[in-house]
Amino acid sequence: MINPRNPLWRYWSLGVLMVVFFAFLYVPIIVLIVLSFNQNQTATIWTAFSFDWYKTVLENPNILRAAQNSLIVAAVATVASTVFATMAAVGMAGKTFKAQNAFNGLVGLPLLVPEIVTAVASLLFFLAIGLELGLTTVIIAHVVFCIPFAYLPIRARLEGLDPKLLEAASDLYARPWQAFARVTLPLLLPGIVSGAMLAFITSMDDFVITFFVAGAGATTLPVYIFGMIRTGISPEVNAISTLLFAASLLFVMVSFFISQKK
Amino acid sequence: MNKSLLAALGILTLPALAAIGYAQSPKATINLYNWSNYIPPDLLKKYEKETGVRVNLDVYDSNESLLAKLKAGATGYDVIVPSDYMVKIMTDEGILEKISASKLSNFKNVQSFSIKPPFDATRDYSAPYMWGVTGFTYDSARVPGGKLEDSWKSFFEPPEALKGQIVALNDPLEMWNAASFYLGTDTCTTDAKVGEKILALLEKQKPYLAAYNSDGTIERMQAGEVIMHHQWNGAAHRTKEKLKTAVFVYPKEGMSFWNDNFAVPKTAKNKAEAVKFINWMMSPAAIAVASNFTGYNNSIKGSSKFFDASLNADPAVNTPANLTSRFRPNKICSNASIALRDKVWTRLKR
Amino acid sequence: MKRDPLLGRYALISPAAILIFVFMLLPMLLMALMSWLEPGQFGGVKWSSYTPEAYVKFLFDRDLSDVLVFNTDYLSIFSRSFQLALVTTLLTLLVAFPVAFYIALQTPKHRTWLMLLITIPFWTNLLVRTYAWILLLRNGGLIDSSLHGLGIVNSPINLMYTPIAVQIGLVYAFLPFMVLPIYTSLEKLDWRLLEAAYDLYANRWQTMRRIVIPLAAPGMVAGCILVFVPALGTFFIPELLGGAKTLMIGNLIQQQFGVSRNWPFGAALSFALLAVVLIFMLIYALRFRGKGSLT
Repeated sequence: MINPRNPLWRYWSLGVLMVVFFAFLYVPIIVLIVLSFNQNQTATIWTAFSFDWYKTVLENPNILRAAQNSLIVAAVATVASTVFATMAAVGMAGKTFKAQNAFNGLVGLPLLVPEIVTAVASLLFFLAIGLELGLTTVIIAHVVFCIPFAYLPIRARLEGLDPKLLEAASDLYARPWQAFARVTLPLLLPGIVSGAMLAFITSMDDFVITFFVAGAGATTLPVYIFGMIRTGISPEVNAISTLLFAASLLFVMVSFFISQKK
Repeated sequence: MNKSLLAALGILTLPALAAIGYAQSPKATINLYNWSNYIPPDLLKKYEKETGVRVNLDVYDSNESLLAKLKAGATGYDVIVPSDYMVKIMTDEGILEKISASKLSNFKNVQSFSIKPPFDATRDYSAPYMWGVTGFTYDSARVPGGKLEDSWKSFFEPPEALKGQIVALNDPLEMWNAASFYLGTDTCTTDAKVGEKILALLEKQKPYLAAYNSDGTIERMQAGEVIMHHQWNGAAHRTKEKLKTAVFVYPKEGMSFWNDNFAVPKTAKNKAEAVKFINWMMSPAAIAVASNFTGYNNSIKGSSKFFDASLNADPAVNTPANLTSRFRPNKICSNASIALRDKVWTRLKR
Repeated sequence: MKRDPLLGRYALISPAAILIFVFMLLPMLLMALMSWLEPGQFGGVKWSSYTPEAYVKFLFDRDLSDVLVFNTDYLSIFSRSFQLALVTTLLTLLVAFPVAFYIALQTPKHRTWLMLLITIPFWTNLLVRTYAWILLLRNGGLIDSSLHGLGIVNSPINLMYTPIAVQIGLVYAFLPFMVLPIYTSLEKLDWRLLEAAYDLYANRWQTMRRIVIPLAAPGMVAGCILVFVPALGTFFIPELLGGAKTLMIGNLIQQQFGVSRNWPFGAALSFALLAVVLIFMLIYALRFRGKGSLT
C-alpha cells in the first residue's frame, strides 16, 4: 500500500487524545493485574505481595479447564465465523439481487434476539434434533452468533470499494480463485482482521448462551465466573485473567518483533 | 500487512495447540454440577485418591438456571446441588432419581432437623449439603449508638444516618420473603392487597438504598462502601474476616432458611458412583473441609470438631441455639403468587 | 466458462445463511410457538393449551375483578432501554471516531498492532472488567482517594450508582465494536486527497466533513448496529454500576426464564423487542433509501 506523506502532524492533538484513550482502556486491566498479586482473600484491600493466587489457580483443575474450553471455543468459532462471513460479504457485494434483503435480515437476527431467548431456544432445538450437548454444541452456537460481528466490518470495508476493481480482477485472472487471492483478499484484509477480533472477544465473553447449550465438561471461563455469585468472586479470577492477558501480550510482542525484522 | 495478519491469526491458533495433549483419563468419572467455589478442589482430589473415581465439576449460577436446563432435557450430570424448594419442584417434575439417601451408611450422621425436611420428608431423593440463612449485616462502628435492633425494621425503615449506605440483595425472592416476614404475611400470598402493602414497604425503603446487588457483598462491606448489607450468613462470616466490627443480624420476625442438597438426576450415567460420592460427603471429616472452604454450616453431626476455630467461634455461622427458632424454610408458592411477586418487583423497578 | 454469476454468489452466501437459518431462525420459530402457550407450573410450557395471554400482559394488567387495565410498566422499561442504548451508541461513536482516524493515519505496519492493543483488554471477562471499574469509581476507590490525596476535592465524589458510572462502563464495554469497523472503512483513505484539500485551503473541519466522514460512513453504520443492538439487551453493567434500581429489557426477559417462571411471556417480550427494532430499521431504510446504507 502506498503511504505518501503522512498528514498526522495536522492532527497532533489526536496524539494527546490517544494517550488518554489507552489510559482509559488499560487502567482497569492494570488494577486487576495488581490485585492478582494481593495476598488478601478479597479483591479490594491491599495487604501484601504474593503469588498465592497463581498457585491456587494452577492447582485448581476446574478453572484451568474452563479457561482452556473458552480458548478452544473462541478460536474455532472465530475462524469459522470469519470464513463464512467473508464468503457472504463477497457474495453480497456488487449488483443487487432479490435475496439480498432476506440475508441482511437473517444476519442481523443473532444480534437482535436477547441472549436468554437464543439460549433457551437453541437448547430446546439441539435436544429436539438429537444433538448431544457438549463442547460441539457450544461451538455451533458461538459460530452462529459470531457471524454478524465478523460480517459487518467486512461488509463495511466492501462498501464504497469500487466494484469495477473486483470485476477487472476477474478479467485479469483466468480463475476466480486467483482474482480473489490476489485482489479481493488483500483489499478486504483490514475488514477481515477487524471482524475476526470482534468475533473472538464476543465469543470469549459469552455467558448465557454458553451456559444453556454446554454439556457436562464444557464449562467455559465466563460460566465459571458467573457461578461464583453465591460464594463471591475469588481473586483466582484476577490471576487467571492476568495469565491470559500476559499470554496474549507476549504473543503480540513476539510477533511484532519478528515482523519488524523481516 | 500480510505478515502481521499471519501473526494475528497465530494468536487464534495458539489455544488450539494448547488443547493438544489434553485428553480425558480413562478412569471412572462422575460429573458434579454445582456453584463455582462451593466445594474445595482439594476435597475432590482427595476423593479421587481414595476411590479412584474422578469428579469433574461443571457450574451454574442459580437454582432457576439449573431447573430450566434440566427441564429442557440437558443430560450428563451425575450429581446436582439444588436448594430445598428446588428439590421438591424437581421431585414433582420427575427429574430426580430415587436414591434412598436415608438408607446410606453415613446418613446416621445427619442432624435431626435435616432428617425429615419438609421438601423431602423421607429423604428418598436428596442428601444434605450446606445450609444458610438470609439476614443482614451492619458495621457496628458506623451506626448510631453502635447497635441496631435485631428486626427487619432496621433494614426496611433504617435510621436517617444510614440513608444511601445500604445495599439490598438484587433478588425478588429474598426481598419479597424479607418483606413478608416483617409485615407478618404469608410468603406465598396471592392477595393483591398484601402485594400492595409489600410494594409500599419496598418503595419506602428504596430511597435509603445505595443499590440492589447480590454480587460482591463481602468486598462492598469490607471496603466500607456501605454500612449495611442484606446478606447470607456465610458471606457475613467472610466479611468479618477483615471487618471485625461487622455484626450479622438474625431478625426476630423470621428469616429465609435454605438447605442445599445433593441429588441425582434420572438422566445420570453413573448413578452408582454418584450415590457413593454423596454418602462419602456425609462423613463429618469430609463435609467439615467443605464448610471451612465455603464459610457455611452443614447438617452433619460431629463435623464442627473439624471446623476452623474462626468458624466455630462466629455466631453468624454457629447459630446460638436460642435463635434457630427464627429460621423459616422456603415454601413452594403457586404460579399466582409468583405472578404477584413478579408484578410487585417490576412495579418497584419500572 | 459462461455461467450464471448469481449462482456463485449464492454459493458464497449459503454457508452463513444456512447456519443462521437452521440454528437461529428455526429455534426462534419454536420460541414463537412458545409465546402462544400457557406457562408450565415450574417453568417450561404446557404444550397444548394456546393463549394470547403473554402478549396481552405486555400492555394490560388484570385488576382484582379480572378487568383489563392499561399498564405502562413494560413500556417504560422498554423506553428506558432504548434511551440508554441510544446514548451509549452516540457516546461510543464520539470516542471511537478520533481513535479510528488516528489508527488509519499510522503506517500500515503499526495499524494491526494498535488494533490488537485495543482488543486485548477485552479478553478479560466482562464481569471482571466491571469489577475493576467498581474499584476505580466507588467512594474510597482509586479515583476518589487519589483526588483526595492531590487535594483536588475534599468530599466524596459519589460517582458510583450514577448514570455517569453506567455510561463509563457501557462505553468502555462497546468501544472495540465501534473503533474497528470505522477504522476498517477509513483505512482506504488516500492521504493525497487530504493534502490536496489542504492545498486548496480547506480547513480541518471542511476536510473532515467532505472527505473523511463520508468515507467512514459505512463503518460508522456497522459500528452503530454492533453497539446499539447489543446495548439494548445489556443489563449487567447498568445493574452493577447503576445500582439496579430500575429494570432493563434484558433482565426483564431473563427473569421470565428464571424466578418468574413465565417462559411464554419471556418469548413474547423478545418478539415485542424484535418488532420495535424492525420498525426503527424500516424508518431508517425509508429515510435513507438508496444512500448506500448497509441495510
